[in-house]
Amino acid sequence: MNSDPAARVRARGGARAAGSLAYTRYELLRTFRNRRFFLLSLGFPLILFFVIAGPQRNVHDFANSGLPAPLYYMVGLISFGTMGAMLSCGARIASERAVGWNRQLRISPLSTRVYFRTKILTAYLMACLSIAALYISGAALGVSLPAEEWLKMTGLILIGLAPFGALGILIGHLLTPDSIGPAMGGGISLLALFGGTWFPITGHGFLAELARYIPSYWLVQAGHVALGGRAWDAKGWIVIVAWTLVLTALARRAYRRDTRRV
Amino acid sequence: MPSAIAANNLSKSYGQTKAVRGIDVTIEVGETVALLGPNGAGKSTTIDMILGLAEPDGGTISVLGGAPAHAIDAGAVGAMLQTGALIRDLNVRELVAMVASLYPAPLDVDETLKFTGLQDVADQRTQKLSGGQTQRVRFAVALVSNPELLVLDEPTVAMDVEGRHSFWNTMRSQAAGGKTVLFATHYLEEADAYADRAILMAHGRIVADGPPTEIRAMVGSRTIRATLPGVELGALGQLAGVSAAERRGEAVVLACSDSDAAIRALIAAYPDARDIEIAAAGLEEAFLQLTGDSSEAGDALSGMLAVEGT
Repeated sequence: MNSDPAARVRARGGARAAGSLAYTRYELLRTFRNRRFFLLSLGFPLILFFVIAGPQRNVHDFANSGLPAPLYYMVGLISFGTMGAMLSCGARIASERAVGWNRQLRISPLSTRVYFRTKILTAYLMACLSIAALYISGAALGVSLPAEEWLKMTGLILIGLAPFGALGILIGHLLTPDSIGPAMGGGISLLALFGGTWFPITGHGFLAELARYIPSYWLVQAGHVALGGRAWDAKGWIVIVAWTLVLTALARRAYRRDTRRV
Repeated sequence: MPSAIAANNLSKSYGQTKAVRGIDVTIEVGETVALLGPNGAGKSTTIDMILGLAEPDGGTISVLGGAPAHAIDAGAVGAMLQTGALIRDLNVRELVAMVASLYPAPLDVDETLKFTGLQDVADQRTQKLSGGQTQRVRFAVALVSNPELLVLDEPTVAMDVEGRHSFWNTMRSQAAGGKTVLFATHYLEEADAYADRAILMAHGRIVADGPPTEIRAMVGSRTIRATLPGVELGALGQLAGVSAAERRGEAVVLACSDSDAAIRALIAAYPDARDIEIAAAGLEEAFLQLTGDSSEAGDALSGMLAVEGT
């Protein structure tokens, strides 16, 4: 056996690529076997959608938003479900830390970058599942948009989820598996509420102004592609990017503190 | 060829606690080394530094000729940490395969499961395993990486008897294959039986380093046990070469500084003595004396007898 570490390091490039694909596969396998998050990010929003939007399927201008009720609720519940999907990566990180598996991975060749990339990728895949399920449900209740607008809306949602990925990693390092469930549930509910999932946040009151700084607001706003023009104005982009940068920096710091503590 | 592990004046403190105080140790490729010491001796901290989980505060540590992180990234090191559970929602085979996929030249997964006696639970979810089975899986995870250096921190704790047996069989074949093995253990008889070399740590320092036989010889004592009812301990204590005498029912146990002189004196003075056994001090005895946990031969003797009695 070649026992020269330097030669092994050179050879490891190719092996690494193959390795991270297999690792991702197992990560996805684990995630999809965990039923709890499916209920939160898939089942729950679907049920709510049909219960709430069903009776209002013929409302063409929901609460003066300019959007038909089914479309409004579809996007609202997508934001609810996808936030859950993104934050669930935090729950997985917390449970790995709780059993010490994170240390086991640190003494393996798995790089930190691949570890977090896989977590985020898995979260996004769950989010896409959520989006697809709600699109289908929306279409069932009469939501119809030109293909271009479906795509634009999806793009904005996926970008709008970036801060939640970073938030997931952050809370995964700060909370325990026991507290993360309630924290996620409560947090998502609040973010959804003030983001306009259930009703549009309009007007110029203090609350309305504050809402525009919350990233979940802009997730819901992605639905406004249907109105033509731009769903996100400059403020929307700035809010999403700023939150992503800040939360990523905090997550990085939390990770470093965690690894130093051993 | 670089050493497997080379530590030079290595030290680490956590706040006010000096966990490791300037240790020097070199372990060559192919050695099987036992790391012994009481809690707080600094074993786990040393292992953490070897594995790159902790940064030294002073001195240097190199693994296979480079920084620990380098060896870890190259997949040259496999380890079984002292504590840790398994992630759930995967079955045993999938978990081991997942870890194997991270390494450049892993062992075959099913072969590894066979070595570690896990083939019967290969399809079971990890959350359904018993404590002993979980420990075996953690060993399989360390093994499947097929590393140059295997580091095991208290590997047989919480293993069932079968698990322990198959563990040591596997370790023997691994060592025979040229791997370097470092294991920390509290089970001194295991260190005695399976290690080429024992390193004793106490209070952050290395107090002894050498083959187990040499370390036992450092302490130098042997005991003579014989069935000899009705004889005064005082008289026995006066025999040549005897440092202490204790009675156990009908038997007496003599701690000897010179067991050759003592046995001759005993048989000459008490020809009725029967069932005579002469035993070398165990590693436990050496351990207790060298780590400063006993003060007198008498205490050491009782300590040793207590171990023998279990």
